[in-house]
Amino acid sequence: MTKTVTLGALTVAAFAAGAAGAATLDDVKARGSLNCGVTTGLVGFAAPDANGEWEGFDVGVCRAVAAAVLGDPTAVTFVPTTGKTRFTALASGEIDLLARNTTWTYSRDVDLKFEFVGVNYYDGQGFLVPKALGVSSAKELSGATICIQTGTTTELNLADYFRKNNMEYQPVPIETNGEAQQQYLAGACDVYTTDASGLAATRAAFETPGDHVVLPEIISKEPLGPLVRHGDSEWGDVARWTLNALIAAEEYGITSANVEELSAGTDSPEIDRILGTEDNLGAMMGLEPTWAKAAIAAGGNYGELFEKNIGENTPIGLSRGLNAQWTDGGLLYAPPFR
Amino acid sequence: MSDTHQQSIGYVRDSMLPEATPPLGEVGAIRWMRANLFSSIANGALTLASLFVLYHLISGVLPWALNGVWDAPSIRACREILDGNTGGCFAVLTERWNQLLFGFQYPSEIYWRPTLAFVLLFVAIAPVLFRKVFPLRMLVFSALYPFIAYYLIWGGSILIPVFALLGFVAGYLVYSRFVAQSFAAGFFGGILAAFVFWYVTGFLPIEGVLALQVVESRNMGGFMLNLILGTVCVSLSIPFGIALALGRQSDMPIIKWICILFIEFIRGVPLITLLFVANVVLAYFLPPGTNFDLILRVIIMITMFASAYIAEVIRGGLAALPKGQYEAGDSLGLDYAQSMRLIILPQALKISIPGIVNVSVGLFKDTTLVSVISMFDLVGMIRGPILASTDWNGVYWELLGFAAVLFFIVCYGISQYSQWLERQLQTDHR
Amino acid sequence: MTTLSDPPGGSFRLSMLLNDTRYRSYTFQFIALVIVLGIFGYLGSNLMANLRAAGLNISYGFLGESSNYDINQTLIDYNSRSTHWRAALVGVLNTMLVALLACVTATIIGVIAGVLRLSPNWLVRKLMAGYVEAFRNVPVLIWIIIIFTIMTAVLPAPSAYRGEDPTASMLFGAIAFTNRGLYLPAPVWGPGSLFLGLVFLASIIGVFAYRRYAKKLLFDTGKLLPMGWPSLAILILPTLLFYFILGRPITLDYPALAGFNFQGGTQILGSLIALWWALAIYTGAFIAENVRAGIQSVSKGQAEAAASLGMRPRRIMNLVVLPQALRVIIPPLISNYLNITKNSSLAIAVGYMDITGTLGGITLNQTGRAIECILLLMAFYLAISLAISALMNVYNNAMQLKER
Repeated sequence: MTKTVTLGALTVAAFAAGAAGAATLDDVKARGSLNCGVTTGLVGFAAPDANGEWEGFDVGVCRAVAAAVLGDPTAVTFVPTTGKTRFTALASGEIDLLARNTTWTYSRDVDLKFEFVGVNYYDGQGFLVPKALGVSSAKELSGATICIQTGTTTELNLADYFRKNNMEYQPVPIETNGEAQQQYLAGACDVYTTDASGLAATRAAFETPGDHVVLPEIISKEPLGPLVRHGDSEWGDVARWTLNALIAAEEYGITSANVEELSAGTDSPEIDRILGTEDNLGAMMGLEPTWAKAAIAAGGNYGELFEKNIGENTPIGLSRGLNAQWTDGGLLYAPPFR
Repeated sequence: MSDTHQQSIGYVRDSMLPEATPPLGEVGAIRWMRANLFSSIANGALTLASLFVLYHLISGVLPWALNGVWDAPSIRACREILDGNTGGCFAVLTERWNQLLFGFQYPSEIYWRPTLAFVLLFVAIAPVLFRKVFPLRMLVFSALYPFIAYYLIWGGSILIPVFALLGFVAGYLVYSRFVAQSFAAGFFGGILAAFVFWYVTGFLPIEGVLALQVVESRNMGGFMLNLILGTVCVSLSIPFGIALALGRQSDMPIIKWICILFIEFIRGVPLITLLFVANVVLAYFLPPGTNFDLILRVIIMITMFASAYIAEVIRGGLAALPKGQYEAGDSLGLDYAQSMRLIILPQALKISIPGIVNVSVGLFKDTTLVSVISMFDLVGMIRGPILASTDWNGVYWELLGFAAVLFFIVCYGISQYSQWLERQLQTDHR
Repeated sequence: MTTLSDPPGGSFRLSMLLNDTRYRSYTFQFIALVIVLGIFGYLGSNLMANLRAAGLNISYGFLGESSNYDINQTLIDYNSRSTHWRAALVGVLNTMLVALLACVTATIIGVIAGVLRLSPNWLVRKLMAGYVEAFRNVPVLIWIIIIFTIMTAVLPAPSAYRGEDPTASMLFGAIAFTNRGLYLPAPVWGPGSLFLGLVFLASIIGVFAYRRYAKKLLFDTGKLLPMGWPSLAILILPTLLFYFILGRPITLDYPALAGFNFQGGTQILGSLIALWWALAIYTGAFIAENVRAGIQSVSKGQAEAAASLGMRPRRIMNLVVLPQALRVIIPPLISNYLNITKNSSLAIAVGYMDITGTLGGITLNQTGRAIECILLLMAFYLAISLAISALMNVYNNAMQLKER
């Protein structure tokens, strides 16, 4: 009897909380903070530092969106999600934005009803092997034992690749990157496979990174990007154009250092429009005119975020590669702001 | 015997022989060993085998434990200090001590708060565990403890726990006002009063009154999280367990079946699937926009889990009572609530206490499962942030051994208490 | 309660619903039902609203789609083109396998430890008490991780068996302990092995027949035939004889290092071994306590009576104490089996692909169908538990009949 009564009380409490339920943008503004889903910890993309502050490339996207909407890059509640919980967390409204190196795939977009707002990192799956193994190509991996992180598109790509090349392998499914690293180093698997960026980050954490080599084959396309729920286009626009603003800012040379100076007015109409000096693009989305300025000031433009978190001068040491601006031969191409 | 023979019969000894010392094999250590270790050939072989096992255990563990390094910044420095000798790298424990106990996100300047709450836990729980030793008045502190602990661990305005407490007080007042008329009226009236009180106080501005720094639930971790989950869920599940057990024994078929279905469902699935529900799907069943803390969702699920098991223990207690007790209650003209409250439950609960303690130990051990749903309890901290860090990658035994020892101390302590209590209760019955 | 008098006729007042014991139970049941239905309705409507808002639906169609992932231990035919349903089935079988292995091992360990805890040998008694306490008071998850760590971090990698001067060598040249698991020789069934199997089956029947005969002889004439050695002989000798007569139809395929791994033979995965032994040793400690309690529950007079009849200690144990103790031992034993099955879901911690790993793990992750997957997962465990409980009830009833 007590049980049912208490449950009843819970429902009453839940009713009070559930009164809201309008558009995400209004929710976020009313709440005064953005709930952003990130990984439980992948150095360079999203991981808490020694003081428990989240930092990383994906975290930068969250902070930029928070800055654009609320004007405050610290107004973010980071919700660590696993491969298992991330989609539920987004679909059920626990988080407003999922920035957790998630691959844009057809079924996730169409079947699971999510909206990918763009690509913030073009990745691909690779293989990490010890040099001592004497392997120089993924084609020589027949019969190998391979450590995979579960809950990613990785295991699907792996199955496809080995099937296509008519090779055998033994998968060792592992929950977290940390454990995969241990098993790989102990020799419980010959190969560790995940996204190339993740391999670089993992290798960087080894005692002797030089003893291990990433094989040249990249076996899949992994466009990673932030995503929101289907059906709330206004909110999708906000996230999409914040990301575009960061990319465009790099193209036009707007950095966190000169954004103040440039917002006083320039002779480039495009920059003026982005920074809200000319026209009021922000009002069309229901944001302040200075939304993009705040987003860029939060952590810098795309290039700055990249260099600070995963670039060549960090332990992860990724080169821009496909993630360079289209003007430099990369794939980043922000649509025009007009 | 009369002493006449002593004079008349010559061959009867008239004085005692002096005591002879027992044969060498029947005295002291040798006798003990013969009786206990080498009573037969098979036994001797067993003894030798056990000695062999013991020797291997000790010779493996002792140098490792004694030769341990307690001060080093990383596993590499540790290995350099050891220089190839056998030895544990216990420096990881000293360096990550706070993380192991409090998780990596609890603000370090306020570690004193959970520590104080932990110390007070003993003060609060002592009068409950040892009823005869401590004065009854100390139970008042035990009743206040949950609110004090909440205030210390989570922080925030002091008015939150105070109002929560006052709600219970209001409920109790209403209950004692009406219980004389009808138990049901008192009971439901009390609950209603408490909720009305909480609802009304929910509108008061309580921000910042005597506020401690707020710590969010998601920042809890380490062994503290295990202790929080264990104590909160066990104490919450006892009232639910009693209600479920009574419901299952009830004459009312609908209530009985509801309770049976609930208990059998919960007992039939592993805790981990319930944790998956808390972690993955519970959000779908709540109104859009509700944002329950993960720790709260987990507490709800573990409490449901524990109540089902405790209900079964209490049902055993109820069934063990002689039927005469029930009949005695009826013949005194007590109604159901009265006879339960005054006659049946006090006895049934007393019989069930050892069982409840066993369930609690099991539950406390099961709180480690939250590490599987990416919460950073003691095991989660070890498997996640600490073992994955570059500094301590590969220090398995020290960390896992530490976790095992910590759990062993707590659980062994509780089970010893349970056995002591069982003996106490047994003498009471004879 | 007894009926006091005839109910006062006719005048039904609303307050009687609460105050009259005849109607009150209906009121309470009605309230309880309404509350429970209300909660379900509320949760259901939330679910519907949430799903509608997210544009999702509940559908089990994904089970028929191709799973696209590989599983490292499959007892039935499976590849990445098979369906999610098939993957779930592989998981179910893996769960059953590890649960079965752990149940058998735990029973053996538990019975031995339980009997030894009552041994007259002080050292053995203390050692067993230490084992029981150490394993009962530490979470099973920690034991699983510890044993898995032994498997992966202490045992050598297959590459240690390589080269001119390998750092590790195979046991008897046939068994290799590596951190990827245990490599054992596998039997190769040649022609005639079917016949051999039949012979073996026949000898098992023969053993039972012999034991029946011996028992009958004992009851009829009081003559005691030896049991142990003849049984063993009947079990083994004919099979051994035919094995050589048929020209050794069953040969062994030895594992050998080739490429990255050992090839040939059978591999028992490290994750399986870790889970299996952790569950077995952990639950064995509980079973040991049950066995001890069961043996102690048989009153000492029984053993003394048997001794005064001139029975030897082993016979006292087998014929007098154990049969009576079993009645106390078996019910908790079965619930321990249930616990093993449920705890095997911790496979997820070591990457063993049981049902939680396939249906509740990769399938859930890949399809995002969380509600469906978890419902199916719960249904599976519930079915197993109910089946085992039903078994227990049957046993309890059978036992109760014999009681006076």
